[in-house]
Amino acid sequence: MSNPLTPGIAAGRLSADEIAENFADLHAPLDMHEARVAADRCYFCYDAPCVTACPTEIDIPLFIRQIANGQPESAGRTILNQNILGGMCARVCPTEDLCEGACVREAAEGKPVQIGRLQRHATDSVMARQGHPFDRAPATGKRVAVVGAGPAGLACAHRLAMRGHDVVLYDAKDKPGGLNEFGIAAYKSTDDFAAREVGWLCQIGGIELKPGHALGRDITLDGLKAEFDAVFVGVGLGGVNDLDAPGAERDGVQDAVGFIAALRQADDLAKLPVGRNVVVIGGGMTAVDAAVQSKLLGAENVTIAYRRGKDRMGASEFEQDLATSKGVRIICNAQPVAIHGNGAAAEIELEYTADDGSGLKGTGETLRLPADQVFKAIGQTLTFEGLALDGRKIAVTGAGRTSVEGVWAGGDCTPGDDLTVVAVAEGRDAAEDIHATLMGVAAPETGAVIGEAARA
Amino acid sequence: MADLTTDFVGIKSPNPFWLASAPPTDKEYNVRRAFEAGWGGVVWKTLGAEGPPVVNVNGPRYGAIWGADRRLLGLNNIELITDRPLEVNLEEMARVKSDYPDRALIASIMVPCEESAWKAILPRVMETGADGIELNFGCPHGMAERGMGSAVGQVPEYIEMVTRWCKQYYDRPVIVKLTPNITDIRKPAQAAKNGGADAVSLINTINSITSVNLDTMSPEPSIDGKGSHGGYCGPAVKPIAMNMVAEIARDPETHGLPISGIGGITTWRDAAEFMSLGAGNVQVCTAAMTYGFRIVEEMKAGLSAWMDEKGYASVAEVVGRAVPKVTDWQYLNLNYVTKARISQDDCIKCGRCFAACEDTSHQAIAMSPDRTFTVIDEECVACNLCVDVCPVENCITMEELPKGAVDPRTGKTVGDYANWTTHPNNPAAQAAE
Ligand SMILES: Cc1cc2nc3c(=O)[nH]c(=O)nc-3n(C[C@H](O)[C@H](O)[C@H](O)COP(=O)(O)OP(=O)(O)OC[C@H]3O[C@@H](n4cnc5c(N)ncnc54)[C@H](O)[C@@H]3O)c2cc1C
Ligand SMILES: Cc1cc2nc3c(=O)[nH]c(=O)nc-3n(C[C@H](O)[C@H](O)[C@H](O)COP(=O)(O)O)c2cc1C
Ligand code: SF4
Ligand code: SF4
Ligand code: SF4
Repeated sequence: MSNPLTPGIAAGRLSADEIAENFADLHAPLDMHEARVAADRCYFCYDAPCVTACPTEIDIPLFIRQIANGQPESAGRTILNQNILGGMCARVCPTEDLCEGACVREAAEGKPVQIGRLQRHATDSVMARQGHPFDRAPATGKRVAVVGAGPAGLACAHRLAMRGHDVVLYDAKDKPGGLNEFGIAAYKSTDDFAAREVGWLCQIGGIELKPGHALGRDITLDGLKAEFDAVFVGVGLGGVNDLDAPGAERDGVQDAVGFIAALRQADDLAKLPVGRNVVVIGGGMTAVDAAVQSKLLGAENVTIAYRRGKDRMGASEFEQDLATSKGVRIICNAQPVAIHGNGAAAEIELEYTADDGSGLKGTGETLRLPADQVFKAIGQTLTFEGLALDGRKIAVTGAGRTSVEGVWAGGDCTPGDDLTVVAVAEGRDAAEDIHATLMGVAAPETGAVIGEAARA
Repeated sequence: MADLTTDFVGIKSPNPFWLASAPPTDKEYNVRRAFEAGWGGVVWKTLGAEGPPVVNVNGPRYGAIWGADRRLLGLNNIELITDRPLEVNLEEMARVKSDYPDRALIASIMVPCEESAWKAILPRVMETGADGIELNFGCPHGMAERGMGSAVGQVPEYIEMVTRWCKQYYDRPVIVKLTPNITDIRKPAQAAKNGGADAVSLINTINSITSVNLDTMSPEPSIDGKGSHGGYCGPAVKPIAMNMVAEIARDPETHGLPISGIGGITTWRDAAEFMSLGAGNVQVCTAAMTYGFRIVEEMKAGLSAWMDEKGYASVAEVVGRAVPKVTDWQYLNLNYVTKARISQDDCIKCGRCFAACEDTSHQAIAMSPDRTFTVIDEECVACNLCVDVCPVENCITMEELPKGAVDPRTGKTVGDYANWTTHPNNPAAQAAE
């Protein structure tokens, strides 16, 4: 049995009980009473700022009022109407940057209404019930291919099925869910929630899931276009950026997304090896998740090294605080220059950086940290070809229309924030646009339009 | 330090906080502990006539309504008067009174509406050394059906008659406790006064159904599947009780009649408000039943601190201070013009004032695309709804237009005091001198 001080990369640094405790639900669910008390804090704002701040524009004051008045399931329906992955979003949304950040009580007291946790309470109530709350419209006879079963593809497939279309949902992996299943931190999606949610979502019917089908390997865009009435591409960002520093090829240098995927799929976390001294390169959500989970697995020292200032970190302040509260050290303005070791990585050399206005430059001053495991979390890239690009992502106009007629795209593979809730919104809106196009009808409004109308 | 001692119709107590006749005062054990906790007096749980005592339902006896975080706002009960033998109560009262001579101990009584019944019980009460009696003409359930409680309290002639008997057979102060389940509270108060009452106390509980169980379709509290109306009390009844106290205080026929204020009193502020409206002391029931006896500490300290701050040396100086400010609608100044003002520094941009005014009032609040809310003086009638719905205290205030200013809504110049009695639109207007 190893422990946090065991040198190198080792499994079983902590006992099963410690692991279980470390990976428990980050935000435990609210019980009925807690939910009602939390709901009571909502002011039922007019044209509420929280709604505007939610990428899926959930009618937050309405659903919270439904909880306060004893109908969490109705509340859940209000949420799921707008955001079919409202359960996952409640767990993973950086609410401090979204709805809760905009809550008037955040401005007033620095204590927003706990929208995320209330959303979880409501969606859990719906999902605890047998069956699925939405029905399909009469069959349209149209068939749509959705490629990628991550949040974007799932939201798109569900909305299309609801509108009466038949969907074939392809995914390269053998399990659906995308980063919900392989990426999100384990303590945010406990009890196999990602898989349960996909199963629940597919209960609507009309969605044929085809795992193990990669676009470009097993299927082609032209093939899909020929076979289906429309195609939606939601393949996310499959590639990872490489570290350009001597020693980056050493054993122990890994990409963070791969480590997290292995962690999420592990049957027994105690069997997952982790370094004694872990250094994570990057400043986004992935960096924080890799660092925190390394620590929770029992690594003795975990450091995040980010090349720019703290204010530029992609991870929200809440995520940064979470990391430091778990004992992760965050070093800003430091970039990797070399990874040293005798075969395997043993030490990382960082150089401090400064930005004098003409771009980021090394200052020449360096520091060395012991590092038997180095995670690269310096961004993911699109690995898909065949559609016009906007920068490094698939170019879209309107609700996800690509350069090719009949092909829509959304989620991380298109421009915009790489967030679950954004992927859901884009998948949903593309579905409505596909529906409108195929049926020759106007796309319905999905947002909160009441306020707009009142202001006009 | 302000002097909290109170002389209520000659009954002295170290502070104006008495426990109302109810479960908190049902027996020696409770009352001793209440006195130890600092209560100035108690009105003992209502005594019935000699003989087998009344029988209560086992329960549930209470229903409730709650605010946020299950804060109890209103309580409803279907209890009757004491269900313990008269003899036991009398013995206990005598013991407690002799051990706590400085505290007020009042016997609450409810016996049939017959002279003999009152004649029988009063000497027995006298022997206990109690400082006075309170006639329970208020209980709205159980006893009313037997011709007692509110069945008496709703008929002024009976009140006068029974009060008169009591004054005849008992020589200490007689307080008549009034039921609010009546159209005009001044009538029973006048009757009590005419019968010779030393004081009135009010209110007793209000007929109520607090909730219905939508699964069983039974009102709560449900006894074996059925419910009956109960008596409502607690914070929710305070505004109703205060109006009734003020009505009696300013009625020329009862003006000056001592009043013991009851109904929803939970804090020192509630007590101060009741007293300003004419109550010489206050009685508390639900607040004690919700939080226990210790709340009296906050009440005493709070009242004392407030009196010090205002320079009131004694409780007597507070009693009735607000009565001259209570008037009838037709005497309100129609030339008092105010406009709502929103403090942009305090506003948290929730938009509730906008929704309220736009949807249900006078469309007098404008909302800009960046969520700045401003009052449109041309539309604002100063109804105060925005103030009441705004979650931020003092964020919206009412600003008075000075005399001579032009009200942008009416285009009229703000003039001197003028009320409805002389207004040209009033068909009954008397010409102004
Ligand atoms: C470690 C990590 C943590 C994160 N934490 C959060 C968080 O806490 N909160 C938050 O809001 N967001 C978080 N995100 C971002 C969020 O997960 C993504 O924005 C979201 O999953 C994007 O959804 P998507 O459907 O566009 O792509 P993905 O979830 O990446 O799904 C794409 C799917 O397409 C499949 N696919 C890829 N290529 C092909 C192909 N050629 N053929 C067929 N199928 C293919 C993949 O297998 C995958 O199932 C995190 C991301 C990472 C990497
Ligand atoms: C359970 C209960 C029993 C009561 N019993 C009596 C009673 O026996 N005699 C009486 O005069 N009033 C009785 N009351 C009325 C109270 O004395 C008091 O008038 C009323 O509750 C309003 O005051 P509060 O709002 O402080 O509770 C009772 C009230 C309650 C809640
Ligand atoms: S989906 Fe996310 S951003 Fe929208 S309300 Fe829910 S928790 Fe907030
Ligand atoms: S902003 Fe906050 S208080 Fe207002 S409706 Fe949204 S959650 Fe409720
Ligand atoms: S109700 Fe109060 S806080 Fe809310 S917008 Fe109006 S003035 Fe501002």
